[in-house]
Amino acid sequence: MSIEVRHITKKFGSFTALDDVSLRVNSGELVALLGPSGSGKTTLLRVIAGLEVADTGSGPILFHDENMAATDVRHRRVGFVFQHYALFRHMTVFENVAFGLRVRPRSFRPGRAIIRQKVQHLLKLVQLDFLGDRYPSQLSGGQRQRVALARALAVEPQVLLLDEPFGALDAKVRIELRQWLRRLHDEIHITSVFVTHDQEEALELADRVVVMNQGRIAQVGTPDDVFHHPANEFVMNFLGHVNRFHGRMEGGQLHFGDVAMDAPVHSEHSSHAVRIFVRPHDWIIDDHANGKASLKAVISQVNAAGPHARIQTVTESGELIDVELSHERFRELSLQIGATVYLVPREIKLFADDADTCPACQAAREYAKMESRIQSPAGP
Amino acid sequence: MAGGLALRLGRGTAVGSRAVSEPTVVRWLLIGITLLFLTLFLFVPLIAVFAQGFAKGIRVYFASLFEADALAAIRLTLLATAIAVPVNLVFGVAAAWAIAKFEFVGKSVLITLIDLPFAVSPVISGLVYVLMFGLQGWLGPWLSAHDIKIIFAVPGIVLATMFITFPFIARELIPLMQAQGTEEEQAARVLGANGWQMFFRITLPNIKWGLLYGVILCNARAMGEFGAVSVVSGHIRGMTNTMPLHVEILYNEYNFAAAFAVASLLALLALVTLAAKSAVEWRVARQLKAAQTAGREEVRHEH
Repeated sequence: MSIEVRHITKKFGSFTALDDVSLRVNSGELVALLGPSGSGKTTLLRVIAGLEVADTGSGPILFHDENMAATDVRHRRVGFVFQHYALFRHMTVFENVAFGLRVRPRSFRPGRAIIRQKVQHLLKLVQLDFLGDRYPSQLSGGQRQRVALARALAVEPQVLLLDEPFGALDAKVRIELRQWLRRLHDEIHITSVFVTHDQEEALELADRVVVMNQGRIAQVGTPDDVFHHPANEFVMNFLGHVNRFHGRMEGGQLHFGDVAMDAPVHSEHSSHAVRIFVRPHDWIIDDHANGKASLKAVISQVNAAGPHARIQTVTESGELIDVELSHERFRELSLQIGATVYLVPREIKLFADDADTCPACQAAREYAKMESRIQSPAGP
Repeated sequence: MAGGLALRLGRGTAVGSRAVSEPTVVRWLLIGITLLFLTLFLFVPLIAVFAQGFAKGIRVYFASLFEADALAAIRLTLLATAIAVPVNLVFGVAAAWAIAKFEFVGKSVLITLIDLPFAVSPVISGLVYVLMFGLQGWLGPWLSAHDIKIIFAVPGIVLATMFITFPFIARELIPLMQAQGTEEEQAARVLGANGWQMFFRITLPNIKWGLLYGVILCNARAMGEFGAVSVVSGHIRGMTNTMPLHVEILYNEYNFAAAFAVASLLALLALVTLAAKSAVEWRVARQLKAAQTAGREEVRHEH
């Protein structure tokens, strides 16, 4: 069952939560709506579910090409998992899951035995069949979350919508549960959309990621796409840590700090203010200048705990640069606070400075080619 | 002193901070004063009511209760309560629902209006009804032309009772429903429940203790109300006298034994109410606390 929304706008008073948003989710897909708080991701999810009504003038909400925009939430047949689960606190786990079946009109309501069988099956699916008699307050966060999921699936929804499904869980449970959800999705293959503000979660779990910002979609793509080919500065910034510089393109050269590098790029950018982004793991670090143009910096912090060694350096002009490198390289260079290092970016991304005010420039992203080992220019 | 110390240590671990606990002498002094006050001003008068009621013997006591006018007063009180409490139950739930779960223009005005009967002296409330429905009132000529009697009749008493008691249930439910939020109702809707199913299966079970508490308070006030009812009643014996009014009349006639006999019935009602109230109270506190803890967790997780 595919989901498609077209030109959805939703305002709350003077606040625009959704600004002309269009999106298609293919049948069987698991899609993440990713963005900071206030970006409109939850509102979009709730509009799809029918818990919010889009403003007049908005386009249709299609479930498998059938317009649901005027259909009441009760009849949309969506499974919705609330951020804080919203389990019925006065009902047992079993009754919670059975609720959707029990409230059906008499002619569609399954018999007691069938309800019992179905609920047991669902509780087994979420690995909680031994907790049917408990009340929600007696469960852990992860267990409540799975009850909420079983309850949503009980009504055999056409689509499954999850609002920050792991937001209220601690880090370890969160990782376990999202791997479990991915496996579950691969098993039952229901078209699913989940909201998250955690980029790691979105990149790991989703087939496609929809990055949202200020009520608009900033980019849609596979996790690989949005991470490696961000469409704009916002996506670049939002997906992972990044070092940002101001610089200028002049005569085929990129100037930033005290450094000038060859960067034969599109002529449009000649003599143009640009913003330069380098991810911490995209630096080549050395303890001596090897003749190539590089940034000279002094190490100010070292953190060797974790999968990578992380250091913070300060350039001569006072800019802070975060660098991530392998532990092997870290030991090889025996880096310490106060040592001078030379940094060459392996991959950089440029965005024109006036991109914010000029929509045409936003599209004109460039991947600068920095030396032979760096990828060739791409983009439009 | 050893006992005091043990108590203090015990309290220290139970309550937590020793910094806020007072010296033993001060504590006993405060407890003593409180108990003395309660004894003098509440307990002794309560005993006195029963003592006076039975002063002329058990036979006079029951004769006073089963006398025709007394029975009529009891019946009228029960009737007014039987109408006022259910009406306010429906109104209170509806108002609390509207205020706690929706945003709309004039919400703060509605909240203020609900509090009006608390703010206004009951006598004024009664007078308002006389002004509206009395013979010289706004609707008076029309009412008398259609031969409808409200003031100095049973309808007036019921109306006054309803007016005085209508904040109790709404006031009790609003904070509870606000703390619980609407997520469970939304979940019910998504799962296919219609409005009635949502209300009776989700909302009502979640508020039932708060509702019961409100009903108990409302009931007690409806039976005990004096001021507003006194203004609209006209004090017609056997017709428009409620129990409190009947007590007053008997008292003014120096019929102390009968007055206190009927009064003891009201006092008994108060005791039953208190017992029921405290039983329900801790369940409400638990429900509210559960809702608030859930609310706090939500806030914490959002950051």
